[in-house]
Amino acid sequence: MLSVDNLEVTFAFGTDEVRAVRGVSFNVQQGESYGIVGESGSGKSTVLRAICGLAPVSGGRVTLDGVDIPAPRTPDFYRRVQMVFQDPYASLHPRHTIDSVLSEPLSIQGFDRRDERIAQALEEVGLGQGFRFRYPHQLSGGQRQRIAVARALILEPQILLLDEPTSALDASIQAEVLNLLDRLRAERGLTYVMVSHDLAVISHMCERLVVMEHGLAVEELTRADLRSHRAETDYTRKLLKASAGYTREDEPA
Amino acid sequence: MSLLEVENLRVTFPTRKGPAEVVRGVSFTLGRERLGIVGESGSGKSQTGRAILGLTPPPGAATADRLSFDRTDLRSLSAKQWRGLRGKRMSMVMQDPKFSLNPVMPVGKQLMEVLRTHGAGRAAAREKALQMLDAVQIRDPERVFRAYPHELSGGMGQRVMIAMMLVSEPDLLIADEPTSALDVTIQIEVLRILDKLVSEQGMGLIFISHDLRLVSSFCDRVLVMYAGRVVEELKASELHQAQHPYTQGLLNCLPQIDEDRHPLPTLDRDAAWAD
Repeated sequence: MLSVDNLEVTFAFGTDEVRAVRGVSFNVQQGESYGIVGESGSGKSTVLRAICGLAPVSGGRVTLDGVDIPAPRTPDFYRRVQMVFQDPYASLHPRHTIDSVLSEPLSIQGFDRRDERIAQALEEVGLGQGFRFRYPHQLSGGQRQRIAVARALILEPQILLLDEPTSALDASIQAEVLNLLDRLRAERGLTYVMVSHDLAVISHMCERLVVMEHGLAVEELTRADLRSHRAETDYTRKLLKASAGYTREDEPA
Repeated sequence: MSLLEVENLRVTFPTRKGPAEVVRGVSFTLGRERLGIVGESGSGKSQTGRAILGLTPPPGAATADRLSFDRTDLRSLSAKQWRGLRGKRMSMVMQDPKFSLNPVMPVGKQLMEVLRTHGAGRAAAREKALQMLDAVQIRDPERVFRAYPHELSGGMGQRVMIAMMLVSEPDLLIADEPTSALDVTIQIEVLRILDKLVSEQGMGLIFISHDLRLVSSFCDRVLVMYAGRVVEELKASELHQAQHPYTQGLLNCLPQIDEDRHPLPTLDRDAAWAD
């Protein structure tokens, strides 16, 4: 459904160039949940941002159902593809009520029955009508992230790009948000592309994943590969080992 | 003999609705070991760490029935006595190196500042600073010594922070989420440095974190905090035998690489836990 072919992203500052993504390719099937794992600076978030037009694509193709996605992105594209950002403290306008946060995409896309849709979106993320006229500062981190998910889903998109949706949340709240994402995907047949530095979260959420390092895709794995620690590259093995926690006997790397 | 004794520590902040107690009667003793304090946001774990160092931000106030460090009563220290203790015998590493280092001063100068304040000569301070940068496994200490904080990555910055806290070879180090801002692989390296300091220099370490699994793999003993109280104290190796439903819930709700549980169990908070 969504296909990324040899994607490159270069940021230029004067004469300096940073090649943040250096040729990444993957295909995401309809209804699939696809993970991108890597450490800070590996370019994993940049891939998502490039897909939805927030980072400059300097090479390669991104296609949706076999058609090149237009640059700049059109409203039609955003109707089908929406993004949820990492930090719910930064991604909601502090002076807009939840109602106006949710009605803005509706008015941009010219949706009807806005009132009903907002009410329904709030119900779906488990918040209810009572939250509708609150401001973000009156909400906890988990509630904010639910609003961010509601804002993305209110346009009934087919693909959701999730950039570390739970890394700013406590463990117990993370479980709630992951369950919510799981349930919504099952109910609506959504397709996810999820970025995280946490292998456990990706293994829980995604059927397939790609491991990125320094802007390159080093390895593509299935969930089963990950669970049985069948990693081909040293880097992935190192990540897997570090994710298991601290071990005293280890020699310094 | 224990290094630090804390009994019935309470931290309160005045609010419009009357005083809010964020730490409510925490007691523990610390020897020359690794003690973990775990809890979620707002559980009072960081305020506990700060209160021990007398760093409760005003208008908050900390009280305790007993708060002694190496037989010194910390409750009645003057500002001058605190200065002699903090940085020299007890130190704290904060969460984010971006906010804890002076952005307009080279790293080396900041390291030397600590030593100079505690009475070292210029040349000796410089040498010691370089030595500590080396000890936290910074590959090119000379370059980092001259660098400004913005020229360093997160992992490097956090190592510099640790080096800074350790230049004076403290007896007690309080590390407040020292690795939360770091990648997993770097996290392990930073922990290894701390581990070495505990085992080789006999330092006491309080490791504050929200990551129960990480803490249990690294520390000797774990205190689990909820709503300002210690709800459970455990040996790290016996974490899976946790009795308190909060600790169990916290452990259960984490996704695991080699497990398939849909949906994840969530934590049902019981109002009684807070009492």
